[in-house]
Amino acid sequence: MKNKHLASFGPPLIVGIVGLVLWEAVVTVFKIKEILLPKPSSIGSQLIENWGVLRHATWETGKIAVSGLLVGVLLGVLLALVTNRFKVLNDGFTPLAIAINATPIIALAPIFNVWFGITGVLSNQAVVIAVVFFPVFINTAKGLNEVHPNEIELMHSYAANEWIILREVRVPNSLPFFANSLRLAAPLSVIAAIVAEYFGGPQDRIGTFITSSAGFAKYDVAWSAIVMASGLGLLLFGSAIVTERLSMPWRVSGDLDN
Amino acid sequence: MSKKSLESAISIIKADKVFNMGRNDEVQALSRIDLDIKAGDFITLIGPSGCGKSTLLRLVADLLTPTAGEIKVFGQTANQARRDQSYGMVFQHAGLFDWRNVSENIELPLELKGWSKADRQVRSQEMLKLVRLEEFGDHFPSQLSGGMQQRVSIARALSFEPRLLLMDEPFGALDEMTREHMQLELLRIWRQTGTTVVFVTHSIPEAAFLSSRVVVLSARPGRVHSEIVVNLADRTDETREDPEFFRVTTEVREALRAVEE
Repeated sequence: MKNKHLASFGPPLIVGIVGLVLWEAVVTVFKIKEILLPKPSSIGSQLIENWGVLRHATWETGKIAVSGLLVGVLLGVLLALVTNRFKVLNDGFTPLAIAINATPIIALAPIFNVWFGITGVLSNQAVVIAVVFFPVFINTAKGLNEVHPNEIELMHSYAANEWIILREVRVPNSLPFFANSLRLAAPLSVIAAIVAEYFGGPQDRIGTFITSSAGFAKYDVAWSAIVMASGLGLLLFGSAIVTERLSMPWRVSGDLDN
Repeated sequence: MSKKSLESAISIIKADKVFNMGRNDEVQALSRIDLDIKAGDFITLIGPSGCGKSTLLRLVADLLTPTAGEIKVFGQTANQARRDQSYGMVFQHAGLFDWRNVSENIELPLELKGWSKADRQVRSQEMLKLVRLEEFGDHFPSQLSGGMQQRVSIARALSFEPRLLLMDEPFGALDEMTREHMQLELLRIWRQTGTTVVFVTHSIPEAAFLSSRVVVLSARPGRVHSEIVVNLADRTDETREDPEFFRVTTEVREALRAVEE
């Protein structure tokens, strides 16, 4: 099992390295201007040169993304539990949430600056929370609801009350749905934090670093920040997958063919 | 072979079931059902689709409430019987919980009854033996075949030793060979436990092979059309070629033709 997992990293790693080499070659051979597309090697050297600043910026942006993600997930799960319990709320809330989720919530970032202050982190956090909340709420609510009718009948045949049905059936049933939403929400939280930083908040962040470097036409520096942002996104995505594996041991087990 | 006993397991008197009463889509599912089932009987309910056989089973289980009439289970109201967990239920959809392994699935009703962990483990081990899955306690349901899952579902229904087993087309999703094997297994378990069984099916041979009595229902609204007593001695694979078996399947088939018209 372990070896199989490790082996699956091989092909994408090879493709990635080949891609970087090709990128370097294409930029060199066709003499593409560094302004349009810097070489991976110059992005790498900027990464080393600006490491102190970049590390600080990534840490600060990461804190916004993670704190916003946690609050958004918590609110989404809580509301899903509440709407599951009260049908009236569910009928009113769920279609609305699905509609809002289809809108570009991130476009609200400048508005949030007016509401929560342009210099503080609160407005950036609010953007992350708003972006994370909807997919988590919608998917978790779906998982709590979509239980096979026979399974509910079975619990009724044991004279189980709604609370026991929630604990024994609905919550575990919603876990795969919740895990899917977490896979979506974790990288989204990084995107939301950075886009929010484009519009306001403290100045020592990944988002502001990208806009200011680009403003001074230092595109290789901007790219080095983008590399850090990608790393942050991958890290959160990876944590979401590890959480999923740990919370649902029954999903990794293989099939017995008979 | 059928255990004749005077005790009544289920008595249904003039039961009606109307869905969506008073609305445009009002449907009378069952009309004036009278049925008496003795303890230890194996009864199958058969009828055209939409005849309300599953509805009737749910009335006995108190998962639905009759619009009129009276249903008694071991002398109690259906509601009281459900609260006392007097019956175990098996559906076509095995309804095992993915997140519990086989033993934990079987122990679920015992857990809800507040049994200690040690007692639960002893019982689930006995049940696994009963359905011949001793080796599979630690497996997750997704690792089992359809027939094995359905056996776990039966083990779960019998874990708390209910006097009544209600089965809603439990073998409907299985292939023919597995199905015939499961029928033999079920009869063995029935003999071993002495449980009263009410079994809903739309398969004529299944009804004839399993039951001590076949109840044929007519459709819309569902009524009891006829009851056919089965006099088969020992039931083995050879029984499926027995003249009595043919007599019963023919009689059930003719009754079903009559109600379809």
